[in-house]
Amino acid sequence: MNDVGERIKQIETRMLERTKTLKSYESQQKPVQDNSVWDNLNMEMQIDHQKVLLWEAEAVQQDKQLFRELREKIEKQQTLAHDLVTLSYTKKTKHLAPPKTIAKNVVLAFLVGGTITTIGQVILNLYTNGGLMEKEAAAATSASLIFLGALLTGIGIYDKIGSFAGAGSLVPITGFANSIVSSALEYKREGFLYGVGAKIFTISGPVILYGTVVSMVVGLIYYFVR
Amino acid sequence: MAQKKLGKQTLQFGSAPVILSKASVVGPKEGQGPLGSYFDLALQDNLDNQKSWEMSEQKIMQHSIELALEKAGLVPDDLDLYLAGDLLNQIISSNYTARFLSTSFLGLYGACSTLVEGLAVGSLLLDGEYADTVGVSASSHHDTAERQLRFPTELGVQRPPSAQWTVTGAGSYILTKAGSLLKIPQVTIGKIVDKGVSDSNDMGTAMAAAALDTIKVHLQDTGNKMEDYDLIITGDLGLLGLNVLKELLKHENLPTDNVSDCGIMIYAPDQDTHSGGSGCGCSAVVLCYLLDQMLKNKYKKIFLVGTGALLSPTSIFQGESIPCIAHGAVIEK
Repeated sequence: MNDVGERIKQIETRMLERTKTLKSYESQQKPVQDNSVWDNLNMEMQIDHQKVLLWEAEAVQQDKQLFRELREKIEKQQTLAHDLVTLSYTKKTKHLAPPKTIAKNVVLAFLVGGTITTIGQVILNLYTNGGLMEKEAAAATSASLIFLGALLTGIGIYDKIGSFAGAGSLVPITGFANSIVSSALEYKREGFLYGVGAKIFTISGPVILYGTVVSMVVGLIYYFVR
Repeated sequence: MAQKKLGKQTLQFGSAPVILSKASVVGPKEGQGPLGSYFDLALQDNLDNQKSWEMSEQKIMQHSIELALEKAGLVPDDLDLYLAGDLLNQIISSNYTARFLSTSFLGLYGACSTLVEGLAVGSLLLDGEYADTVGVSASSHHDTAERQLRFPTELGVQRPPSAQWTVTGAGSYILTKAGSLLKIPQVTIGKIVDKGVSDSNDMGTAMAAAALDTIKVHLQDTGNKMEDYDLIITGDLGLLGLNVLKELLKHENLPTDNVSDCGIMIYAPDQDTHSGGSGCGCSAVVLCYLLDQMLKNKYKKIFLVGTGALLSPTSIFQGESIPCIAHGAVIEK
């Protein structure tokens, strides 16, 4: 076998050639065809990679490091090639994707979200008229809405509202109830400890965590700015 | 040189194995779909009086293989080997089903390509004379897949229009050496194709590239043309995926008139599944319908391309792209 420097040079020459090819694909924005040139390029990279890997495995001391660096360079080149594939494929297929129904989603979310919060307001008014203090009435309203959200989840209606209204039924407190109750229902079969206990907050966990973090940050800002 | 291999990826059987019998069990939604009347059994509800979705899936797989055996006049003991796969972690539906059959068992995983993978491996064992009778099953269940790969079933979320609906259903097939008109003369074993699509709600686009690859290689290996088949059916790219595949075929100057998809056939457009069906069970039960049509002489020769998106929830959360595979099987009368 020839010496280390020569072997590395050999690989690097081939890498340079490939970089040129890849660059030409990139700059001309040529679509990466499933053709033999492209396939050969990939196969060549793979073969070089496994060759260098064995050299690295067999080498000792600083040679190991040299081969390792070379191998990582080939890996980078492979990633680059795959990125080009992704780009080219996305370009070919993107226009076929069904349009996102953002406008419709926003309107529906507004209407349904508005309805839910209006119901909340009605409940709040009823509680205040019934003689509760404002703070007590607010807490009672939240509890009532949570109860409604949980109930509708339990009888299998809330997921239908959700698929129709999206964020409209996700953002209000009823959506929070839905995320907890649906997890509880789903994981009940794995038992109350490792099922419900461990997984009840899988969906709502992020809300709880980041809600707490944000409230801390806001609290700090308030403390200093006040 | 391997003697029974054509070209790069296609295997040609010396004595083509036959599909002796078939059976399908589906969920209620599939039962109400356009192919509903062709399935052997349709559940009243997805839980089917079981304690969990998982047990319900296991039962439909078990019932489908039992039906297939019974139709062929066989008992589990007659099977030399049982091949099965599903979508669940550690393919538990198959493992528990095999427990009831007490026959040699090999578990398979190929996501939605599992059925074709099973037909291919089964045919190989038969042609290699390692078995006389092989059972093949594949199943999926909407709720088990949903909770494992996405969200709890009762969570109110909107699915994007490109998302596919996992089919509740199981199909089983008995392969043997003679006694039926439906032969499997060739299979094409796919390779992993990854075009960098990482949206798990758009697996159709990801898998279309794999389907194209396998179809192209198959035509190259066998020298056949697209027109030689009455139907080239993918399972299952869904609506969007099939459009992508047709577009890709057009780029290659290949005709697309006889190309269709199991995921589109199984549901009616008004069943609110967005991009159509998916899951191992989809192609597994639709093939039952297709074989019926073949026996009625509607099709003489079809090419079934099972397409699998081999992702896991972990890989998706880690931002990895979706490696896809497509296996093809020629079925002719």
